[in-house]
Amino acid sequence: MPDLQSQDYVRRSASTLTPPSIRNHEQEVAKLIDVSRCIGCKACQSACMEWNNLRQDIGYFEGSYDNPMDLSPSVWTLMRFTEWEDEQGNLEWLIRKDGCMHCEDPGCLKACPAPGAIVQYANGIVDFVSDNCIGCGYCVKGCPFNIPRVDPVDHKSYKCTLCSDRVGVGLEPACVKACPTGAIMFGTKSDMTDWAGDRIKDLKSRGFENAGLYDPPGVSGTHVMYVLHHADKPSIYAGLPDKPHISYLVGFWKGLIKPVALAGLAFTALAGFLHWITVGPNEVQPEDETEARRLLNAAKEPR
Amino acid sequence: MTYPDGAIIRYSAASRINHWITGGCFVLLVLSGLSMFHPMLFFLSELFGGGQWTRAVHPWIGVVLLVSYGGLVIQFWRDEMWTRDDLEWSEAISRVLVNEEEGVPEVARFNAGQKFVFWAMALLIPVLFFSGLVIWEVYFSSYTTIEQQRIAVLIHSLAAIAAIIVWIIHVYSGIWIRGAMRAMLHGYATPGWAYRHHRKWFRRLVDTGSRGPVPNVDASARKHP
Repeated sequence: MPDLQSQDYVRRSASTLTPPSIRNHEQEVAKLIDVSRCIGCKACQSACMEWNNLRQDIGYFEGSYDNPMDLSPSVWTLMRFTEWEDEQGNLEWLIRKDGCMHCEDPGCLKACPAPGAIVQYANGIVDFVSDNCIGCGYCVKGCPFNIPRVDPVDHKSYKCTLCSDRVGVGLEPACVKACPTGAIMFGTKSDMTDWAGDRIKDLKSRGFENAGLYDPPGVSGTHVMYVLHHADKPSIYAGLPDKPHISYLVGFWKGLIKPVALAGLAFTALAGFLHWITVGPNEVQPEDETEARRLLNAAKEPR
Repeated sequence: MTYPDGAIIRYSAASRINHWITGGCFVLLVLSGLSMFHPMLFFLSELFGGGQWTRAVHPWIGVVLLVSYGGLVIQFWRDEMWTRDDLEWSEAISRVLVNEEEGVPEVARFNAGQKFVFWAMALLIPVLFFSGLVIWEVYFSSYTTIEQQRIAVLIHSLAAIAAIIVWIIHVYSGIWIRGAMRAMLHGYATPGWAYRHHRKWFRRLVDTGSRGPVPNVDASARKHP
């Protein structure tokens, strides 16, 4: 919300100065998605479209419950359905609500070259400020979860805002409000972690011995967390990364190279300047002209 | 195009136009590219009408540069071929750098330093072009994986930095060697300049009765049957 000052930024893309951050007495929030309680009704998808005024073009049936088939600039959350057989051959239907994970250490923000196009508030929400977005797609390369989508018409990148406009006025995100089974919960990150602990204990007592919380440390934790009944293998849930982290390529590109490259350019220019004031210009001497003239005249003489 | 009497023609008008299209594109690419490389240089994007315009126009300038540099390669590759003399000249670079050129091997149309710049750019520009295509979000993002795009953007940055360093060397050489700028801008040099910096080339021109930039082939054929 660029019009109302939030003054609670903890991170601001492509900025070398500390962003306005005085209103920092705020608890970190989290959305907890309990995959084991999800019935795949897509109410969260509808609520997201409704609150955010998003309407994806109507597509085609692709032989899958996934509808639409992928995230897009106007699809910020999506149920992904997986049929999975466990070791005993039992079929499980895994349904995961996909969308921005709101990483504590956001790869999109790290990669973004436009000052203030991606911000993180003190409550942990990572938000795209479209006014500042230049449409380069670097956030797509930075994201470990393949979430941002750049719109081909307005050249702006979009993703889930965690309903930062609702959370900012004390409401829960629209998907949380709509969920009929309580599979999506919202609150402070510590409350959600505690609640997840109870759920995991319950799941374990019912035979899901690998149940656990998905709050990956590779991105310093996330503000969208999952309770998974098979937390030992997140990737069975439609490719949820097992150990997500910001790509080392991105880390190198946005880390070491930037200062070293600018220093290299400055050094080369400085070396040139020092050469200029010490050795100085290389000028043609009168002897050169004389000698050249002599060769030219010699060539003109008949042989 | 007229040149002063007795001047040696260094570059044809076509070469100069080709060179300055390339140079202009390169400068625009450096400014727009650096604005997207480091936050402290983002203000450069204002020169192009803001971040969205910078992002949109940068790749198109790159396309022009590739084509333009292709023209330079076609025009100059023969004179830029590496020879044994270039090795000797390179070994004497410490004397060249302090303007003491006595005993340094005579140079043909281009010295080893110029050849280095030419071939470095001939390598880096296609690398920049193809890595740039991969990260040209609007048209080509759907043809590669995100991991491939990460590799491409890293290669693009590293190659760009290398190219800018080569370019600084190129520009400074033009400032350092008096008369080089006139040759690049207006196409001619004095005989003394040609004698001092490109003596082997100058001798060939004199031997074949050419004003430059290339030796008179018919004359040399007559002279060495």
